[in-house]
Amino acid sequence: MNVEVPITVTVNGVEYSRHVEPRQLLVHFLRETLGLTGTHVGCDTSQCGACTVLLDGEAVKSCTVLAAQADGSQVTTVEGLEQDGMLHPIQEGFWEKHGLQCGFCTPGMLMVTQALLNRNPDPSDEEIREALEGNLCRCTGYQNIVRAVRRAAESMQERHAQVAAARGEEGA
Amino acid sequence: MPTVFGTAIKRREDPRLITGRATYTDDIRLPGLVHAAILRSPHAHARIRSIDVEKARRAPGVVAAYTGRDLQGRIGTVPTAWLLPDSDLKTPPHPVLAVDRVRYVGDGVALVVADSPARARDALELIGVEYEPLPVVVNQEEAMQPGKPQLHGEAPKNVAFHWKAGNGASEAFQQAEVVVRHRFVNNRLIPNAMEPRSAVARYNPSSGEMTLWMTSQNPHIHRYLLSGILGIPEHKLRVVAPEVGGGFGSKIACYPDEALVAFAARELGVPVKWTEDRRESFIATTHGRDHIQDVELAGRKDGTITGLRATVHASMGAYVSTAAPGVPTILFGLMLQGAYRIPQIEVDVYGVFTNTTPTDAYRGAGRPEATFIVERLVDLFARQIGMDPAEVRRRNFIPANAFPYDTPTGLTYDSGDYATALDKLLEALDYPALRRRQEELRRQGRYLGVGFSTYVEICGLGPSQVAGAVGFQGGLWDSATLRVLPTGKVLVYTGTSPHGQGEETTFAQIVAEALGIPVEDVEVRHGDTGEVYMGWGTYGSRTTPVGGSAVARAAERVVEKARVFAAHMLEVAQDDLTFEEGRFQVKGAPGRSVSFQDVALQAHLAWNLPEGVEPSLEASAFYDPPNFCYPFGAHACVVEVDRDTGEVRLERYVAVDDCGRIINPLIVEGQVHGGVVQGIGQALWEGAVYDENGQLLTGSLMDYALPKARFFPEIETHHTETPAPHNPLGVKGVGETGTIASTPAVVNAVVDALAPFGVKHLETPLTPEKVWKAMQDGRR
Repeated sequence: MNVEVPITVTVNGVEYSRHVEPRQLLVHFLRETLGLTGTHVGCDTSQCGACTVLLDGEAVKSCTVLAAQADGSQVTTVEGLEQDGMLHPIQEGFWEKHGLQCGFCTPGMLMVTQALLNRNPDPSDEEIREALEGNLCRCTGYQNIVRAVRRAAESMQERHAQVAAARGEEGA
Repeated sequence: MPTVFGTAIKRREDPRLITGRATYTDDIRLPGLVHAAILRSPHAHARIRSIDVEKARRAPGVVAAYTGRDLQGRIGTVPTAWLLPDSDLKTPPHPVLAVDRVRYVGDGVALVVADSPARARDALELIGVEYEPLPVVVNQEEAMQPGKPQLHGEAPKNVAFHWKAGNGASEAFQQAEVVVRHRFVNNRLIPNAMEPRSAVARYNPSSGEMTLWMTSQNPHIHRYLLSGILGIPEHKLRVVAPEVGGGFGSKIACYPDEALVAFAARELGVPVKWTEDRRESFIATTHGRDHIQDVELAGRKDGTITGLRATVHASMGAYVSTAAPGVPTILFGLMLQGAYRIPQIEVDVYGVFTNTTPTDAYRGAGRPEATFIVERLVDLFARQIGMDPAEVRRRNFIPANAFPYDTPTGLTYDSGDYATALDKLLEALDYPALRRRQEELRRQGRYLGVGFSTYVEICGLGPSQVAGAVGFQGGLWDSATLRVLPTGKVLVYTGTSPHGQGEETTFAQIVAEALGIPVEDVEVRHGDTGEVYMGWGTYGSRTTPVGGSAVARAAERVVEKARVFAAHMLEVAQDDLTFEEGRFQVKGAPGRSVSFQDVALQAHLAWNLPEGVEPSLEASAFYDPPNFCYPFGAHACVVEVDRDTGEVRLERYVAVDDCGRIINPLIVEGQVHGGVVQGIGQALWEGAVYDENGQLLTGSLMDYALPKARFFPEIETHHTETPAPHNPLGVKGVGETGTIASTPAVVNAVVDALAPFGVKHLETPLTPEKVWKAMQDGRR
């Protein structure tokens, strides 16, 4: 176990080059090596989803990816959601709709929401509940998480519409 | 200024939690930190012939390794903190690491400390333990039979205690027109807070001070108990519960593991961290429920309930955990009244040792087990006499004008209006239409069911005198300190230790309301024994009724003192002042007033104080409630059972809850949602299964089914507000109501759906297989 492999990973826009044990999981790389503790470990069987991050834009459970496998990739964690010091609409949605209680599963919920809304900007409640399939929450009963995701989808669409309108004006 | 009490303010806790900036115990990094791992017994019952840790000690990165024998005489045993009186309670010593015998799978046998968590775990594999397996017993009734393995020499027949309560019910049963008898198995559950347990300890040998960060619902209780185990004086031990990722009761107990971490930190002179993984959590963190309940209800054909009797075997697991004796007795047996006028009640409880993980409080703790009995029996009774289950409930409700109401088990229900809650529920359901639809669907071969649960719960734990009388080794008051700063901003220190319930927001609302200041001007601190003088923690829905009442009292005191300053500043008598919306105003003189902030500044500048008055604006309150609180409500569930697969589809869930006055509707609703889903978990999916060798077959999230988002319809929530008459806020507590109410509502609904098949009861969890079989058997 003394062999270490060099990797370079871009996390939240910052490039990190480190030597890691081949067995090290991405979640431990983020938490232990980089000190990004926003990503949480809730189980050891990839059931709970607390450790969900975006790997090259796709939601992955960072406990099922080896750090070495992430070599050369872009990773986004909960710490990378804020833009220019402003909460992301997904974060706003969870805050506004009381989509969290203890907050432990929340980073994973936020990241899986990001992945969902990337591929489906206007999901139905059923689609939202399906997308949350791999993420467990023990506090909220999910209902307010569903509301939060819906709210996030709405405000992201509003923003897109605003941006489009602004571009239209510029064009004119 | 709009009133903040009763307003759905967004939680102030959230920004740190949604940005990844919150600090949970496992997030703590300290210079020189080393990591602990615990070797756990793979046997449910075995003699330890020898343990060899030499190889582990020499493994790469390993700092130290300890066995139970290494620790003997250097660390105490794990205490039980609920010494049930009027019973023969046995509390055999529970060593922090097993010495010569293991009694459950998960019992700790050795501790390794290394420079990384992975290396600590690697080294566990190098420990050689020679076990001599012993016969195993996992069922609590069997454990009491002759010839069964004995877990502890001091507990013959494995009986940890025998406890009785009630006013005797033989008369009711002699005169009964109808008797309903049943055996229920309230299945064992695994709490599964999403954050596993964790501890970080740092010791300063020069001052003798130990700081222990840990996943705790009650840091002051943990300090009190760990001080004894570790032999560290209480004033040298600081316990901090930073962000805690859920508890549901499982982070109340005092475990061996956190004590071991602290021990190692002191021994080694470096900070030590331990975090359980989920597998470890399944076997080493306390479980809940696990009752075998033989019950009977006496009644008349007109629907009147006249008596209830229960004999219960409650599994304690291998040791008597911290609060375990109180759960199936005080919190269970005394609640068998439910929402009904039942004149005679008799309850007998045996707490029994088995070769399983110890049980303790789990959300609702005792009340769900009691409510399940009462609510299932009422349904069985209704079916037997051919009366509508809602009607039977209504006929037997304690009427709204009967409060305070003394129960035959010795409790006094504070206030209630049960019929109004039920009316609201039936209206929301459109009950007659629902029954018509059920009939119609049955004709089409579809099976819809409606289930009710009208419940009462006991919470707001206190008063301390009662706590003492029932053997709880602590007080159940709580404390609050309000520290007003010169600019009029307020720091609130509460002895409760919320972990997801949102009380930072709720308490800020209480203070903002009382002082007439913006809610943003209030900061709430909790969870650190170094910062908060004293408190008894967060569990049993006590935080707002007890801790919040302390906050309200302390705020009143701040206003009293501020009034003295204000009167001096305005040169009038105190009685000539009104205090509204944050201003002291001279009556009848609109131009003469001072704001709370003005007063705060003058109180601190102290240039011109009223005579005999000390500077500063700070007040503490120690609130010991005069009674428990008794929230109540009426829940209903509508299900459809799939004829071909036995799958239960939740169609509607409607909850009407009364938790007294509501401070923050958003938070109350969130608590109800979470609670309901947790109770439905027990009804439909969750259940711990041991094999005959004491191996936990449901030992990971791959084998133990937790509720998932897609299983649920929208939960419809409604409220009535019947204030608690005895606390300054009129609040009752809502953290557990949903869990208490929902399990029987769902089971009643499924059994109702299966009525055409002659099904009278099914044991939880109602898996598709179980339901399908019941339909098959019913057909024959």
